Amino acid sequence: MTGTFNQNLSVRHVRGSRWQAAFALATILAVAFLATLVLTIVDDAFGWVIMMDETDRRELTRDGVTLDAQNTAQLLATIDEHLSPRRYRALERELPFADRGRDDLYALVLAEIVNPEIAETYNLFESLVSAQAIKAQAAEEYPEGLLVFRSWVNARFLLAPQSAVPLAAGIKTAILGTLMTILITLAFAFPIGIGAAIWLEEYARDSWLTRAIQVNIYNLAGVPSIIYGMLGLAVFVRGLEPITSGAIFGASAAGDTANGRTILSAGLTLAVLILPVIIINAQEALKAVPGSLRQSSLAVGATKWQTIRYHVLPASFDRILTGTVLAISRAIGETAPLVVIGASTFLTQDPTSIFSKFTTLPIQIYQWTSRPQAEFRHLAAAAIVVLLALMLSLNSFAIVARNKMRKQKRF
Amino acid sequence: MQHTPTTDRFEVALGSEESAYALETRNLNIYYGDSRAVNELSMGFDRRKVTAIIGPSGCGKSTALRSFNRMNELIASARTEGEVLFHGVNVYDPGVDPVQVRRWIGMVFQKPNPFSKSIHENIAWGARINGYTGDFDELVEDSLKRVALWDEVKDKLKESAYALSGGQQQRLCIARAVALKPEILLMDEPTSALDPISTAKIEDLLDELKKQYTIIIVTHNMQQAGRVSDRTAFMLLGDLVEYADTKELFFNPRDERTENYISGRFG
Ligand SMILES: Nc1ncnc2c1ncn2[C@@H]1O[C@H](COP(=O)(O)OP(=O)(O)OP(=O)(O)O)[C@@H](O)[C@H]1O
Ligand SMILES: [Mg+2]
Repeated sequence: MTGTFNQNLSVRHVRGSRWQAAFALATILAVAFLATLVLTIVDDAFGWVIMMDETDRRELTRDGVTLDAQNTAQLLATIDEHLSPRRYRALERELPFADRGRDDLYALVLAEIVNPEIAETYNLFESLVSAQAIKAQAAEEYPEGLLVFRSWVNARFLLAPQSAVPLAAGIKTAILGTLMTILITLAFAFPIGIGAAIWLEEYARDSWLTRAIQVNIYNLAGVPSIIYGMLGLAVFVRGLEPITSGAIFGASAAGDTANGRTILSAGLTLAVLILPVIIINAQEALKAVPGSLRQSSLAVGATKWQTIRYHVLPASFDRILTGTVLAISRAIGETAPLVVIGASTFLTQDPTSIFSKFTTLPIQIYQWTSRPQAEFRHLAAAAIVVLLALMLSLNSFAIVARNKMRKQKRF
Repeated sequence: MQHTPTTDRFEVALGSEESAYALETRNLNIYYGDSRAVNELSMGFDRRKVTAIIGPSGCGKSTALRSFNRMNELIASARTEGEVLFHGVNVYDPGVDPVQVRRWIGMVFQKPNPFSKSIHENIAWGARINGYTGDFDELVEDSLKRVALWDEVKDKLKESAYALSGGQQQRLCIARAVALKPEILLMDEPTSALDPISTAKIEDLLDELKKQYTIIIVTHNMQQAGRVSDRTAFMLLGDLVEYADTKELFFNPRDERTENYISGRFG
C-alpha cells in the first residue's frame, strides 16, 4: 500500500468556520425579523395624540379648580350649566344625579360635555425622535388641542366592548370570545387527539387501513386553514345547526339570531383544525417512550392499559403537553376559518354562553386593520399586543410545566 | 379472552407436582418474519435449579428466553410455534392470558429498567396491580432484603429509583420480580452492564433465590455459568447443541462444537 495522509487541516477548519458563520447569520436574520415585527407593533401601540375637546376642558375650570380636581358640587354645577335639558332629564331618569358618586360625575362630564376626539396620532418612534416638531405642529394647527402621550393598550381598552368611536372601543368581547372558543377547542381536540394517538400508536396493528389513516392525518395537518373554515361552515354551522345554535337545548335568547354561527361552532372548527397536529405530536411523544419501560411493566404482569396508563403516558406527558399548547397557540391566532364560518363583524355584546355570536381577537384585529382611519390602526396594534401577551403567557406556562415534569423523569 | 379459566388452570397446575419440570418446551420454533431464530427447541428446566443458556451472539438465546413468558409478542414480526409447558399447561394455548403467564414467570432484563417511580413504588406497584392484599411496607422490605439491597436503600425508599447505581438498579429490578412471588425467573444477561462487585452480589443472590425459584439465565460469561448454574444449555444458530449438568458440559463436553466454544475457539 502506497497511500499517504494529507490532513489539509487549515482548509478543513476554514470550511468549518464558513458554515459556522452562515449559521450565525441565519440566527441573526431570524432575530432581526422578530425584532422588526415587535417594533412595528409597539410603534403603533404607543405615542402622542392630539385630543380636541368639544368643550375645552380649560374652560371648565371652576373657582380656580381644574376639572380633574373638582369635587361633587363643582361637577354638578358644570353639568347644570353645560348639559342640554333633554339629555339632563334622560340621565336623571337612569340614575338621579344626587345618587351619583364623584367618579361617575367626572366620567359623565368627560363623555357628555368635554367629549374629546382624536385629531391627530403619532407613532412611538416619531413621538420620541421628533417631539419638538410635533409640539410645534400641535400648537400651530390645533391651538385648542391637548397633546397627550397615549398607551393604546390600557385598562379601559381591555374592559370596554367594541365601539365605532375609537376612543371608546375596547376588546373585552373579543377576549372573552377567544377564551371561550379556545376552551371549547381544547375540550374537544385534546381528548380526541390523545385518544386517537394512543390507539394508533399502542393498539392499531400495522395494516393498510392504519397506514392509510396515518397518511391522511399527515396530509390533513398540511391543509390550509381556510378549508377547515368551509368544513366548519358545512358541518357545524349548517349541518349541526340545531345543536350548535343551542336550539335543542332550549338556548333561544342568543340562538335566535346567531343560527349556527356560535362560539361552539368556532371552537369545534378550530378543534378539527388542530386535531391532526395534536395527534401527530402525541404519537411522536408516545414513540419516544423507550421500549424497556413498556417491557418492565408488562413483565410484572401489568395489562396493556395499565402499562399505558401508569408508565407510557406519564413518561410522555410533558411532550404531549408542549405540543398541545403549541397547537392551541396556532388556534388562537387563526382568522380565516372563523371569517368563513361567520364571525360577527361588529359585536358589542359579551358572549353569555357557548351559543352566543362570537368575535375573537384576530377577527377584531383584522377588522380594525382594514379601516382607513389612523386610530383604528393604533387600536389594532394594541389588540395585537394583547394577543401576543396571551400567547406568550400560554407558552411560558407550558414551558414551566414541562420543565417541572421533566425533573421527575429520567431515562 | 377468557381470564377466569386461565387462572383456574394455573392454580390447579401450580398446586400439583405431577410435571417433572418447572418449564418445558416442545418443538419450539420461533421466527422473525421468514427467518427462523430458534429451531425445534425441546428441553426441560428443573424445579428450583439454575439453568444457564450459553452460546455465541445471535444464536437465539434471548429469543428463546422471551418466548417462555410470551414477551416476544411485543415484537410485531415474531411468531412462535410449538409448546411451552408451564406446570403442564401450554402458555400458548388460546385460552391462556399472557398477563397471567408473566405474573408467574418473571423477567429481569440486560439493562436495568426500573420504573420512573420511587424505590418503594417500584416494588409495590407490581404487587398492587396483581391484587396483593398484604402489608406493602413489609413486602417492600422483605423483597429488598432478599436481594441484599435493604441496608443500602432503607432510608431513601421515597426517592426515585434512578438515583441508584446501575448495580443497585439491577438488584431492585430483581426484587421487583421477586416481590410477586413468581415460580420462574428469566434473566437475560443480568450482569453484563455491571461492575465485578455488583456482579458478584447478584451471583450470590442467585444461590439464595434458587431455594425458592426456578431460574433460567442467559449469559455470555462462561465463568458465570460455571459458578451459578446447575445445568447448562449450549445453543448455536438456533439449535440446542448440548444440554447437561454444568460440570459435565464444561469438563466433559460430548459435542465437538461445545468443546470448541467453551475453549474459546469460536464465538
Ligand atoms: N426484533 C428482531 N427482529 C428480527 N430479527 C431479530 C430480532 N431480534 C433478534 N433477531 C434475530 O434473531 C436471531 C437471534 O437473536 P437473539 O437476540 O435471540 O440472539 P442472542 O443469542 O440473544 O444474541 P446475543 O448474545 O447477542 O444477545 C438473530 O439472528 C437476530 O438477528
Ligand atoms: Mg441476547
